[in-house]
Amino acid sequence: MLKVENVSGGYDRQLIVKNVSFHVEKGEMLGILGPNGSGKSTLLKVISGILHKESGDVLIDGKSLTAYSSKELAKKMAVLPQLHSHAFSHTVRDTIALGRYPHQSGLFSSWSDEDETAVVEAMKQMGIERYEHQMLDLLSGGEQQRVFVAQALAQAAPILLLDEPTNHLDIAHQKQLLDTIKTQANENGITIVSIFHDINLASLYCDRLLLMDQGEVKIIGAPHEVVMKEQIETVYKARVSTNPHPERPKPQITILPDVKEKRNEQLITIENFQVTDELVVFQAENQLKTWSSAVINAGTGWYRTFVNRRVDARYNIDNAQTEMQQYLANRGYSETETVGMMTAVYTKDAIIKEYEADFGSVVVMVTAGVGNAVDVSKAYEVEAFPAIGTINTWIIVNGELAEEAFIQAVITATEAKTKALAFEQVKDPRTGTIATGTSTDSVLVAATQQGKHIPYAGPITEIGKKIGLGVYECTVEAIQIYKKAKGWE
Amino acid sequence: MSKALIGYILSIAALLVAIWLGVSVGSVKVPISTLWDTGADAIASNIVWKIRMPRVVLAGLVGASLAIAGAAFQGLLKNPLADPYTLGVSSGASVGAVTTLFFGISVPFLGIFTLPVFSMIGAIVTMFLVISFAKLVDRAMKMETIILTGIIFSSFLGSVISLMIALTGEELRQIISWLLGSVSMRGWSFVQMALPFIFIGTLLLWLNRRELNAMLFGEERAQHLGVNVKKRKMMILIGGSMLTGTAVAVSGTIGFVGLVVPHMTRLLFGSDNRHVLPLSFINGAALLIICDLVSRTIIAPTELPIGVITAFIGAPVFAFIFFRQRKKGGI
Repeated sequence: MLKVENVSGGYDRQLIVKNVSFHVEKGEMLGILGPNGSGKSTLLKVISGILHKESGDVLIDGKSLTAYSSKELAKKMAVLPQLHSHAFSHTVRDTIALGRYPHQSGLFSSWSDEDETAVVEAMKQMGIERYEHQMLDLLSGGEQQRVFVAQALAQAAPILLLDEPTNHLDIAHQKQLLDTIKTQANENGITIVSIFHDINLASLYCDRLLLMDQGEVKIIGAPHEVVMKEQIETVYKARVSTNPHPERPKPQITILPDVKEKRNEQLITIENFQVTDELVVFQAENQLKTWSSAVINAGTGWYRTFVNRRVDARYNIDNAQTEMQQYLANRGYSETETVGMMTAVYTKDAIIKEYEADFGSVVVMVTAGVGNAVDVSKAYEVEAFPAIGTINTWIIVNGELAEEAFIQAVITATEAKTKALAFEQVKDPRTGTIATGTSTDSVLVAATQQGKHIPYAGPITEIGKKIGLGVYECTVEAIQIYKKAKGWE
Repeated sequence: MSKALIGYILSIAALLVAIWLGVSVGSVKVPISTLWDTGADAIASNIVWKIRMPRVVLAGLVGASLAIAGAAFQGLLKNPLADPYTLGVSSGASVGAVTTLFFGISVPFLGIFTLPVFSMIGAIVTMFLVISFAKLVDRAMKMETIILTGIIFSSFLGSVISLMIALTGEELRQIISWLLGSVSMRGWSFVQMALPFIFIGTLLLWLNRRELNAMLFGEERAQHLGVNVKKRKMMILIGGSMLTGTAVAVSGTIGFVGLVVPHMTRLLFGSDNRHVLPLSFINGAALLIICDLVSRTIIAPTELPIGVITAFIGAPVFAFIFFRQRKKGGI
């Protein structure tokens, strides 16, 4: 559809775009990324024929750009440049109607039904019908931007070139605009080339991305091939981290600031823990990076308060989440800063121990109820219902854990827990075999992310050893107390 | 009824009233019916057909030309302060005209059209010089830059004219009164001289009414919308300069008509150039006929140059537009 071959160009003999080549298929959406001054807008101007190219060629449907007359070209390609202010005011309708210019001909160029439909349709798509008779200069920047997008849509060209279309728009309108444009590509086969400032939006909406660096193409490919940590960091000269989009298979980036955060060095010790008849609470001064399977705020996040709450054995777990939220709120624990777990055992029986290591230290907390012990290897043979009676394990690390170290810490802790159950000969009552855990065990790994960097947490690493030992010791002790309390021994 | 249609009705009505007043009011009151009454008084008929009517028609044509040229220049330059006078194009045309008179140039095959043709050449050359210079100063061609450039060129060209007048001594004294702008004592020959150029110039502009709408959003945007900007721009510049040159050739420098009329038209009937151009044409004609009437009656029997009246109205309007644009946050 659109083919750019070795194009170089710029202003006044100074080459800004150098030797750029790419092609875009019908219905495809290509995003152009690059830092300020990397030549994105210049490239778009060369492609749209505003700037003269020094060398190379731009082909539309196999025919060179220069072979098209102004009107023919406008029928093939609509362009939306960055917003500019203007001296005279038009109504919204008149502005959009200008998009029909290339489709009109003759001395009096009458307004056809087709023109009318295109204008009305474009207004509808951008949701600006209610502004139809308003003056353009009385609208906000975002509304004006939508009017100009509608003007480009009214042009009804199979190729659409956009220069930062989401400029001036709030997120709702960014989404609406990009959804509309993407729909044009998907349903009407419109080919789209758009410059983006926002890497995340580009990654999310585009089929392919072109990353420009100093006027040249750094890379062109699918979002996951372009939005890579090292590549973005080199081109943009900014520290970033990549992470997956929660719903779509597209990478997203997050800026990593270089400004030091005002955070006191903190060292977590046993003294930070409070144990009452109702709760085991641990409150840190600063948020800890946390990975857990808790009832409240599971998954990854940054949390300051950690609550392990005792509930009655007859507690109705169907409603656990809302009830627990209410419970925490009533006690003044912030909903967004607290991780909450539940247990049926006496919280006074919680085992909390601290383990020194060369990287810092690890604090382990375990409460164990093994009334619902399960042998995971036999679980498929019997039917069991989730019930209260849980082993809750917390591992608090004074150190900076890498992403994979969080997962390894959980594996290591789980293995140690299983070993503790075996040592204590805890059995699955249904199968009579040694249990590996209970049906509702929870684990939490939290790290201060200060001090020494810890890349791995497998069983033979320094931290893995401490976690293995700590979880094993604490779990064995907790089970023994549980047995005593139940009168099993 | 649309705003534009109301505009056409009101404007045509105003023009008819202006013609009626222009023909009938003066040192001798003449009924308008003299125009079509074959049995009318011979003296009255003479006054109307030999003196008043050519004057009214000429004033109308000059006003119409300047107004539509102003509207087109404003659209093209996206500058509400642009008009043949503020851009210095009128001065360029004057230089062309004065040169023709000064050297007594007469090109055989041009005949009576020698004066307007040279005037037009002066206008076109000045127009291109002003635009190129403004572009050199400031690529974005801000409103102030263009107007300042216009002033620079006007001043310079004004001194060139003064020099020529000084060199000629007595016989070109009449040039001075002509320079201040007047449509008196011109007769039908001047109408004849101006008409073909005014027709072509107006047609050139009218053919670009929709292109002017697109260019209000910038030349790049217009190009994207499918306008052949280079060609259209040339058509508009030539059309506008042609009208200015012709107007100056027949009536001298009459300022601000091209500023006041399009501005009022936009204010009242909207800024769609498909209507701004024709409406400015009609209203420009009406305004100048009235201004001419005022100039010859206000301190009768002495006649005031018509340029004095237009400047008297135009300068405050210029100030007002400038003020409003700056308030709006610039261009």
